Amino acid sequence: MPELITQPNIDRPDDFYAELIGLHEGLARQESDALNARLILLLANHIGDREVLRQAMRAARRP
Amino acid sequence: MPQVWEVPLYPYRRSADQDARAPVRHPVVIVGAGPVGLVMAIDLALGGVPVVLLDENDRVSTGSRAICFAKRTLEILDRLGCGEPMVDKGVQWHAGRVFLDRRQVYAFDLLPEGGHRRPAFINLQQYRFEAFLVERIRALQAEGRPIDLRGANRVFAIDARDDHVSVTIDTPDGPYRIEADWLIACDGANSPIRTMLGLEFLGRTFEDNFLIADIVMAADLPSERRFWFDPPFNRGQSALLHRQPDNVWRVDFQLGRDIDKAEERKPENVIRRLRAFLGEKAEFELEWVSIYTFQCRRMARFRHGRILFAGDAAHQVSPFGARGANSGIQDADNLGWKLRLVIDGKAPGALIDSYDFERIQAADENILNSTRSTDFITPKSAVSRLFRDAVLELAEHRAFARPLVNSGRLSLPCTHDGSPLNGADADGLPARTRPGAPAADAPLGEDWLIDRLGGGFQLVTIDTPAPDRLDCDGIGVERVALSAADDPSRALAERYLGPADGAVYLVRPDQHVAARWRQFDEAEVRAAVARATARQ
Repeated sequence: MPELITQPNIDRPDDFYAELIGLHEGLARQESDALNARLILLLANHIGDREVLRQAMRAARRP
Repeated sequence: MPQVWEVPLYPYRRSADQDARAPVRHPVVIVGAGPVGLVMAIDLALGGVPVVLLDENDRVSTGSRAICFAKRTLEILDRLGCGEPMVDKGVQWHAGRVFLDRRQVYAFDLLPEGGHRRPAFINLQQYRFEAFLVERIRALQAEGRPIDLRGANRVFAIDARDDHVSVTIDTPDGPYRIEADWLIACDGANSPIRTMLGLEFLGRTFEDNFLIADIVMAADLPSERRFWFDPPFNRGQSALLHRQPDNVWRVDFQLGRDIDKAEERKPENVIRRLRAFLGEKAEFELEWVSIYTFQCRRMARFRHGRILFAGDAAHQVSPFGARGANSGIQDADNLGWKLRLVIDGKAPGALIDSYDFERIQAADENILNSTRSTDFITPKSAVSRLFRDAVLELAEHRAFARPLVNSGRLSLPCTHDGSPLNGADADGLPARTRPGAPAADAPLGEDWLIDRLGGGFQLVTIDTPAPDRLDCDGIGVERVALSAADDPSRALAERYLGPADGAVYLVRPDQHVAARWRQFDEAEVRAAVARATARQ
């Protein structure tokens, strides 16, 4: 069964983090929220696997 | 010429029962001559069961009610001999468009698959639908079929006994009483019968108000379903436009939660809204205007001894998905043959319990779909709205988001997985025609498979030998002998064989698959018939 990856998996993490924050630059709170929602939907579709998505939702709820 | 809803189609006439010295007993009394009650009466009468159909009114219903009748409903109507005139009169459609603001974000086709006699949907006013059914009843009566349709007969008391139900009825001549072996309550969402029995009807109420208008307008628009999220003419809300026959259009505006209903219902305000939508120059007349809130709820059980609930009386959904009338007609389709076998002494009363199982399963499926659509259309929280809007924004350019757009998941029949009536399944045959599923249509040259099914138990054999007829303790099973070669389009093979060379399907009188095998085995078929009739 596929498992949610919770070990480090992103190359050059500081760059990724800066990109994520930079993405929101100049956006009002509402626009940022909308962008996050679109991003979640895009990523969720990319993952596709319902079991992995469920694990991610659970993990997000209880960090 | 008067409108169809103004004509007393079944005016009050004094019945001999009103002059009888003791209450007359009838095998089946149906309360409510709406779409479900009328279909129920026709189905039972075709099976030879005498029915008394009571309605407090004497004509078809008025107002903005059901308009979309799904393929499965049309197949049931065909079985009952009244599908053709409805399909001829109805507006056929299969395309839909979804808009966000002014932009189209999504277009869909409901029938990507060919090889079905009937279209995905027709739109037909409920008053016309009912009038066709009354016409069918008149034709059956002329043939001597036992349907007694009594107008201006209002049931005001019932007494449920172990072996019958006593029914007290008010009429213009005063009250009288009859008895029913079985009583079927098809008396709508506010079911007086349900209230008389003190039965609960629990679920969710949605707070948003909707303005529903049927307007007469000569417009040159295609026959498709159009749905708007956040349109300029109804900011922050939704709107729906649907075509009906005779230049009647259904317009549905979401109004929001805290509104002044009396103010919104005023014709000048409705006309102002419609002009903003259709343009200042649009010419139209209002046929009906109503303001609704919606509920999704059902009774805990549809069978209460000898009283059975069907249609909106048993379960209620929001209109998104056209799952109200369509599911009610499927209730009648499910109940008719079961009641007939029990009344004829060919099946035990336990068969009626399977109506409860199967139609509650269907109601739950419909409520789930309808609730999800309503939540998408009228988000209940800020985050729900955030994701809804994100889906709509993405849908315009990203195909992945389109299946998430939910402006109504349109009515499809329930597959009764896990039903106590389901028999054997064979490995390797296609999932869509598994036990519990409604038989999928397929072309047979000039003919259609679905037209050869229904009414009694049948053994559909495809390239497999079997006897032409079996008698299973009084229940006849007729063979429908087919070959994959009967359908050059290969739809029959694709829907019933998959990789197999041959198959045998036991089909119920309501055209649902009861059991299936790779080849005929008499003992197996007898066991499956026994199971499908609750004899074991």
